[in-house]
Amino acid sequence: MKLTLGPIPFHWSNETKLDFYARIADESSVDTVYLGEVICSKRAPFFEPRLEEVAERLEHAGKTVVFSSLTEVMLKRERQATEGLFDIEGREIEINNSSGLFNIDGRAHRIGPMMNVYNEATMAYLARGGATHFALPVELPGTSVSLLADVAKDIGAGVEIQVFGRASVAVSARCYHARAHGRIKDNCQFICEDDPDGMALKTLDNQDFLTINGIQTMSHSYVNLLGELGEMDAMGVTHCRLSPHSQDMVAVSKVFRDVMDGKSEPGKGQECLNALDIPAPFSNGFWHGKSGHLFVTPDAQSAA
Amino acid sequence: MNNTTNTAELICPAGTPAALRTAVDAGADAVYCGFQNATNARNFPGLNFTPQEMEKSVAYAHEKGAKVLLAVNTFPPAGKFDLWKQAVTAGAKMGVDAFIVADVGVADYVARTHPDKRLHLSVQAAASSPEAIRYYAREFGVKRVVLPRILTIPEIRDISGQIPCEIETFIFGNHGLMVEGRCSLTNYITGLSTNMDGVCSPAADVEYIRDDAGNMTTRLGDYTIDCYSCDETAGYPTICKGRYRAPHRDDGYYAFEEPISLNLSRMLPDLMGAGVNAFKIEGRQRSRAYVRRVVSAFRKAVDDIRAGGEPEFADLHALTEGQKQTEGAFKSKTWR
Repeated sequence: MKLTLGPIPFHWSNETKLDFYARIADESSVDTVYLGEVICSKRAPFFEPRLEEVAERLEHAGKTVVFSSLTEVMLKRERQATEGLFDIEGREIEINNSSGLFNIDGRAHRIGPMMNVYNEATMAYLARGGATHFALPVELPGTSVSLLADVAKDIGAGVEIQVFGRASVAVSARCYHARAHGRIKDNCQFICEDDPDGMALKTLDNQDFLTINGIQTMSHSYVNLLGELGEMDAMGVTHCRLSPHSQDMVAVSKVFRDVMDGKSEPGKGQECLNALDIPAPFSNGFWHGKSGHLFVTPDAQSAA
Repeated sequence: MNNTTNTAELICPAGTPAALRTAVDAGADAVYCGFQNATNARNFPGLNFTPQEMEKSVAYAHEKGAKVLLAVNTFPPAGKFDLWKQAVTAGAKMGVDAFIVADVGVADYVARTHPDKRLHLSVQAAASSPEAIRYYAREFGVKRVVLPRILTIPEIRDISGQIPCEIETFIFGNHGLMVEGRCSLTNYITGLSTNMDGVCSPAADVEYIRDDAGNMTTRLGDYTIDCYSCDETAGYPTICKGRYRAPHRDDGYYAFEEPISLNLSRMLPDLMGAGVNAFKIEGRQRSRAYVRRVVSAFRKAVDDIRAGGEPEFADLHALTEGQKQTEGAFKSKTWR
């Protein structure tokens, strides 16, 4: 299995992003890096001029670079950004909104996790249109992933599962970051930049609940499928995705790499993750067909 | 396409056979409904149709000149696709007038097996750009798109000029604001998925807790969704309508949206002018009385507009959720 790094979902400064990708290039053991703004088209212009140099840097370090498209496409600038992907030569693209499929014209492409590939028929149909790789929805249970991995094997496509980081649980046309500060999307003043891992949303009785990232709502918990990597490998999942956070992603990638390569047991890897000061509990409920926020322990799994 | 004004159809909800008859009798041009399972996005206990009920209901609607649109608009998870095939096959056999679909695989299945049936693209497909809509129209012959409730009227007009199919918009009822088909909030909390199971904030996971002072807490699964003082009316704990705490707020606030209903009654002529071909009333979970009042009011309004007059409205205010109404994104970009 290969290890990938998803697009940065949060609004980090250019400096932070450049430092982040420099470390990823130099020190991390990820095979593939997805680049590009996928959440908010207002954020996109900041880092766009730097994308090419970052891509070259990563490729120079032996990483495969894939450009990801916006999740929500409605405004003119969002439509243009999506169309602009087709001008990219020599690199793969990941489509995150069906707008990107209209002019794809048979070009090989990857299908992102927001594209709702839930079943065999959808996967096969999109593959006939040129899709070569499928990052499946984060809420899809392992039982369904297993069946889709069989189809992917038959058609020679890749299957990717998010194994680390906050899960995307909703997107909206409204910016909830702006709303929390009494603003609207058009005059947001990029307040989301203050929250490198998103803004905490708690219940009225102060229980940790969700995370706001602009128009996106994420889980509070961090998805962690370290203990499921062996199962995924056996069923034919080809790629495991780490979703970037402000914590030490190089260390996170090492933990996952070592378990994937059999150099470390999942239990040992979990101890290493626990030492990284992740500011939220872990969850794997979606994978096990349970409430997404739950963490099903290995003991409970074998007892089930 | 089809920018002819004054021809919009009225599309009405039917959660039960009785509601379907009520909607048809009150003047619906078409009703939308689903089977009693995960194949439709309102898979609630006590709602929807058995195959026998569907067959009789289609006959009733057709006899009265109304169409029946079958919602098969969830996303079948791998291994369970047969249930969606069965729904399509049954619907076609019963003579429904169109299928409302969201999943690419389901759309392809209908297009291949029932090429003579109309396909409508569900709001669950979240197609909000001309390119996305044209993709579904080109690939599957989609004849109508149900637009997400996130576009302004000028934006709808702009889209209508660039797509080869009809447009249906919501005009009344629940004001859903998450992008439909991309929301896993319910699954995150309850283990049941809106996309795969057709479930949103399932009643089995809902709890109302009243304290000694008379305050009411509403919960979904392990989480508090809202708290109401004794003089407030407690609402159903839908996650995106709850009150929460954020670092920069002193008190709990409606982080996503307050309980409010969409009401575009004043905008119908503008919507027609923007190229909208069909008006959709939300509320398959609503009572017959509700359906009768809302459908009757909008029937009269649409007829008044068709006749070139000014629409008059019976007071729909009392029927709106939390007694508040909005024109949402249709009115202004400031909603975003």
